[in-house]
Amino acid sequence: MHELPVTEGILRIAIEHAQKAGASRITDIHLVIGDLAGFVDDSIQFYFDILTPGTLAEGAKLHFHRVATRLRCWECGHEFSPQERDWTCPQCGATGGEVLAGKEFYVESIEIE
Amino acid sequence: MERKQIPVVERILSANDRVAADNRARLQGHGITTVNIMSSPGAGKTTLLLATIRALGGTCRIGVIEGDVASQVDADKIAQAGVPVVQINTGGGCHLDATMVQQALEALPLDEIQLLFIENVGNLICPAGFDLGQDYNVALLSVPEGHDKPYKYPGMFEFVDLVLATKTDLMPYMDFDLAEFRRLVQGLNPRAPVIPLSARTGEGMEAWLEWLRAAVKGK
Ligand SMILES: [Zn+2]
Repeated sequence: MHELPVTEGILRIAIEHAQKAGASRITDIHLVIGDLAGFVDDSIQFYFDILTPGTLAEGAKLHFHRVATRLRCWECGHEFSPQERDWTCPQCGATGGEVLAGKEFYVESIEIE
Repeated sequence: MERKQIPVVERILSANDRVAADNRARLQGHGITTVNIMSSPGAGKTTLLLATIRALGGTCRIGVIEGDVASQVDADKIAQAGVPVVQINTGGGCHLDATMVQQALEALPLDEIQLLFIENVGNLICPAGFDLGQDYNVALLSVPEGHDKPYKYPGMFEFVDLVLATKTDLMPYMDFDLAEFRRLVQGLNPRAPVIPLSARTGEGMEAWLEWLRAAVKGK
């Protein structure tokens, strides 16, 4: 459900930049989404299909570039990508770490005609 | 037709973040400490707020923004406790956003408030993604929900300033391992202390009130 305002945000950003570039249409939108950002590709696609008809982005293809969670262990400094439900450091067995990657959520680029 | 790629690199929530920054400046201008309270539905946010108002209302001027999918029930209870409250109905939306809070601030007597609670919509996923302009984030996890929840919602536990394990009066009846819960929260987020409490019996409330007093003073 929270993907609706988020998809509106994506569309607003894409259209602003397309207009600035004098585009007649947007063909592709590249998104970067971290695994910790809490947003589901299918839901964004669902709202995108509802919102885009009649806009510059009608028919545009969404590309989801997923970024895996990366942590730096609090104890030993080892960097690792945790399993979904287990944030145990594979080197020292401590739990968790500083989040280095996985919270990204932005429009990387658009392709226009 | 020529096709070209243009780099954008704009945060998708940038519009929300701009409004949140406005809210933050405005609240700070009034000397208000703002605490965003998040949890699953039914973890006891409203009960905790009522107990907090009873305990602190004499010494601290409190205001509340109540976020709900629908209905005015919680806001009515808060209003009966004698503090200014604004209800936001999200109409199905699962979190508050900065624009909703901006509108709610219009309806609050900001000069009369020192401590503002925002009771977010019951949900452990999306509220973490939307900055509202708050100073602090607090997550509630009730004992019946189970101690393994932090890894189902790492985005939430990783970003909060304090975790309250609520409904501890139910501990004898539930399979809830407090030590394991602390370990999981600390693994995600060593900044956030875990305070176990029961708003019903009052157990642990003093530690929470102490945290709030420090938050208000620390501004
Ligand atoms: Zn380690």
